[in-house]
Amino acid sequence: MDRRHVLQGLGGAIGLASVRLGSVARAAEAPLPAGLPEGIYNTAALETLPGKRPLIRLTTRPPNYETPLSYFAESITPNDAFFVRYHLAQIPQVNAATWRLNVGGEGAAAPFSLTLNELETSFEQVDIAAVCQCSGNRRGFSNPHVPGVQWSSGAMGNALWRGPRLKDVLARAQLRNEVVEIVVDGADSAPLADTPDFIKSLPLAKAVDDNTIIALRMNGQPLPHYNGFPARLVVPGWTATYWMKHLVSIQAVTRPYDGFWMRGAYRIPNNMFPVVQRFLSQETAANTPITEMVVNSVIASPNEGQRFRMGEMVQIRGVAWDGGYGIARVEVSVDGGMSWRDSTLGPDAGRFAFRSFTYGFAADAPGARRIMAKATNRIGKTQVDTLIFNPAGYHNNVVRATTVMIG
Amino acid sequence: MKNLVLVTVIALAGTAAFAQERITLKDGTGRAVTENICSGCHSLDYIRINAPFMTRQTWTASVNKMVQMFGAPIPANDAATIIDYLTANYGPPNGSEK
Repeated sequence: MDRRHVLQGLGGAIGLASVRLGSVARAAEAPLPAGLPEGIYNTAALETLPGKRPLIRLTTRPPNYETPLSYFAESITPNDAFFVRYHLAQIPQVNAATWRLNVGGEGAAAPFSLTLNELETSFEQVDIAAVCQCSGNRRGFSNPHVPGVQWSSGAMGNALWRGPRLKDVLARAQLRNEVVEIVVDGADSAPLADTPDFIKSLPLAKAVDDNTIIALRMNGQPLPHYNGFPARLVVPGWTATYWMKHLVSIQAVTRPYDGFWMRGAYRIPNNMFPVVQRFLSQETAANTPITEMVVNSVIASPNEGQRFRMGEMVQIRGVAWDGGYGIARVEVSVDGGMSWRDSTLGPDAGRFAFRSFTYGFAADAPGARRIMAKATNRIGKTQVDTLIFNPAGYHNNVVRATTVMIG
Repeated sequence: MKNLVLVTVIALAGTAAFAQERITLKDGTGRAVTENICSGCHSLDYIRINAPFMTRQTWTASVNKMVQMFGAPIPANDAATIIDYLTANYGPPNGSEK
């Protein structure tokens, strides 16, 4: 309880303004809500990685830093506020001049490699706005808690990505008919040679989807080092585990890839979540790879514990997203879920992007008010009221509440 | 990707380590073994943030995963020391050994 009061007291001070103070905020207390494992509160801190604004540090090596909620008042997440997530601690600073992307595999008749310049000039460059969200975003709220990086709500961001379509690059490799999956690897690795390298595969259909690209630019700039410079896979609609950073290898394979990070991680029990796109070549009798994101939303403003005077207007701002069907509505409750009203949706930047929403109300009664948001997508799926528990803490789209104080 | 340029790895390791130096574990029997072995691959905040909900059973599973899945060369007696230390210091506060 003490912790919660401290956080509430800090509520106004830990908004966007203080986050932008830069190094001054480096060791500051992280703006985290209640409900996380106790150990996070004396470990996490606002800290500035090179090239980044202060983010919430959860782990140092490998680096796992989340974006403070206040940034989700806007639909585009700035590059220097974008979350950082790595599995393995050897992370090279890639030299763009010597970097090569190798394309091949037993399913490719014409393997080749590309320089960064070739990737940018030999293929059509396409733009797509898309949400990159860690599969384990909100794991920290699992009840009971489950082991892993104890993310709050900030292991996500939305950017305008630009680069060649993966399918155009694959076409040059002349894929054989027997190809079932495309295997991708990045330049990062583990300190121990015996640790499985972080390698992922995609079903061929998703790899050759028009929207799947190799991003070379993010919000008009080269990718930040910590977000995969110089090239990362962008798999719109699917969780970030497939969005390989520091991409160095693309292999077409004729049998399902059986590495640890496919067979032993990032899996959900069968039939537990209402997903449409599945990864059938990796499915077992018990479980299946996580694929598309579930519909979700977050309130970025006001802050937890923020105070308002009687009569003051309370402006609610946040974003909603899903696995690529598009957001149909975001309902807001300002009475703890007893009644719901439609919010006003912001501009539609495409079905894979954050959709901003706003809702205002007058602070008309003193005391604590619980504010909630609930998104529904265009195929009628909505956020859940009760956690769908799973051992890895994935797909947490429980409707959350922000409590403000009036009077 | 294993065949990366080592020079750049070392350069980056310098920047990535800046915060990790401040992260320590609680005093207790087995602390030195735990800090030395676990920090070979990851910073010790991984332990702190996964507490105190992890039990002897889940800490054991975690250490076993490091050995069996991630190839950590932890001798059996050290693994036992680490599990005892984590359970005592980063396990449930009531000491339940589920």
